[in-house]
Amino acid sequence: MTTIPALDVVELKKTYANGVEALKGITLRVEPGDFFALLGPNGAGKSTLIGILSSLVNATSGDAKIFGVSIRQQRSAAMRLIGLVPQEINFNMFEKPFDICVNQAGFYGIPRAEAGVRAEKYLKQLALWDKAFGIARAMSGGMKRRLMIARAMMSEPKLLILDEPTAGVDIEIRRSMWKFISGINAAGTTVILTTHYLEEAEQLCRNIAIIDKGRLIENTGMKSLLSKLDVETFVLDLAQPQAVLPEVAGVRFTRIDEVTLEAEMSREHDLNSMFAALTTRGIAVRSMRNKANRLEELFVRLVETGTTDAAKVAA
Amino acid sequence: MSAGPNLIAYGTITRREVVRILRIWMQTLLPSAITMTLYFVIFGRMVGSRIGEIVPGVGYIDYIVPGLIMMAVITNSYGNISSSFFGAKFGRHVEEMLASPMPSWVILTGYVTGAVLRGLIVAAIVLVISLFFTRIHLYHPWITLSTVLLTAIVFALAGFVNAVYAKKFDDIALVPTFVLTPLTYLGGVFYSVNQLGTPWREISQANPILYMVNAFRYGLLGISDISMTVAYAVMIGFAAALATIGLTLLNRGIGLRS
Repeated sequence: MTTIPALDVVELKKTYANGVEALKGITLRVEPGDFFALLGPNGAGKSTLIGILSSLVNATSGDAKIFGVSIRQQRSAAMRLIGLVPQEINFNMFEKPFDICVNQAGFYGIPRAEAGVRAEKYLKQLALWDKAFGIARAMSGGMKRRLMIARAMMSEPKLLILDEPTAGVDIEIRRSMWKFISGINAAGTTVILTTHYLEEAEQLCRNIAIIDKGRLIENTGMKSLLSKLDVETFVLDLAQPQAVLPEVAGVRFTRIDEVTLEAEMSREHDLNSMFAALTTRGIAVRSMRNKANRLEELFVRLVETGTTDAAKVAA
Repeated sequence: MSAGPNLIAYGTITRREVVRILRIWMQTLLPSAITMTLYFVIFGRMVGSRIGEIVPGVGYIDYIVPGLIMMAVITNSYGNISSSFFGAKFGRHVEEMLASPMPSWVILTGYVTGAVLRGLIVAAIVLVISLFFTRIHLYHPWITLSTVLLTAIVFALAGFVNAVYAKKFDDIALVPTFVLTPLTYLGGVFYSVNQLGTPWREISQANPILYMVNAFRYGLLGISDISMTVAYAVMIGFAAALATIGLTLLNRGIGLRS
């Protein structure tokens, strides 16, 4: 038995009035219950794709189905299934967070009494209840972002789309938002996340698509993608200053400062042999850490070259 | 979407509009009360007492009351929707509605209802103020009510179209200043078009506000410069045309969706 995908995008194209081709034929499928990362550099077309899915942007051609419902043929029914957390703050700053949530539910045809119950539930879950009856404008940036998540949850959507929900949010609040979104996903909601914090995508998402210049350049499982990365970079904190860069087979060293080196090496190359070689040269390593998020490294290479093969770098 | 959810969505927009009108009542309700009081004092009492009867049996202040009420209805229903909907566009919270399952007609009727309610509230305020200066008669209650309602709907829809096309706040101030105010002043509020000679009388007949003011005056005083059939045809025609334009703009996303 085949399952109906949560999102089925077929040959979606968008050319703006000024001639810019934001999407050049995107085909994409997201399974129900997935936690899906949609990544790409600025201007790649992510927000245009999300805009089309949420009916804020008119597609030039192609279609997308939300749980089998076409956004072009049955817009209202499709929108009923989607919750959107946009990149830009887009609620009325002069309204109260409680009213913003209740009104949002009203737009989805949810009776006011039920809307009030849901508003309290989600504002409490996102630690905003003490701000519920103040003016939204007075809230901090992190609170405003959480309010947009609470607002999107008012219709209890089957597909939640988050467009950079944690942009500009401090790490503590970001982690609390991850926890909330993970909980929503565990309860059965399909989540599509765009973010520039690749650590976030790596931790949360099971599948990933990368868009660049309006085209899909990767669409695979997170584990499968990460396994393509053959090179890792470590930062070594040395016990004593080192004037000359050591030469060790299979490892490329670069100097950060006198007591800090970066070591780039193949994942097949074992760390013991590197440490043995350093010890032989009288270099003591006080501590070591992984330099970059693995996904970040892959992402940069994919976007620079446009192929996954480029991820394989000979050490 | 069945009737229930649409009704809830419609009620949500209307309630939000009414809350907004009442929250900023010093901007939405008070100005018309002050302006119309000045009109009654200056044009009604001070100037009007020297003019005497403009139509046999009708004093000048009685003659201008219907026009002044209509002037308040026109500017308030237009101004409410143009500023509220453009504000939603400018602040991007219009996206809350555009990304929701609500059909376009629900968005349009919700905003129009809010604007009509403001027009009616202000009309009631001006009517009460006018009682301090003259006695109001109600010759044809249904004509009075239907005219004020149709006029508010026509100008609410016109304000909506203006807000959709507006790109900056200046764009929603231009029409009231350069179109609505002159048309209202030349729409027979302060004089009878029958007093005008050719070609000014014929030119005045191209002004839709003339028909609205006269229909309302007929409802209150039982006198009019024009036929009621023509007046209703003009009001219903404009309402239907503007509603079609407003819905088309929303459905196509012109000025709203990229």
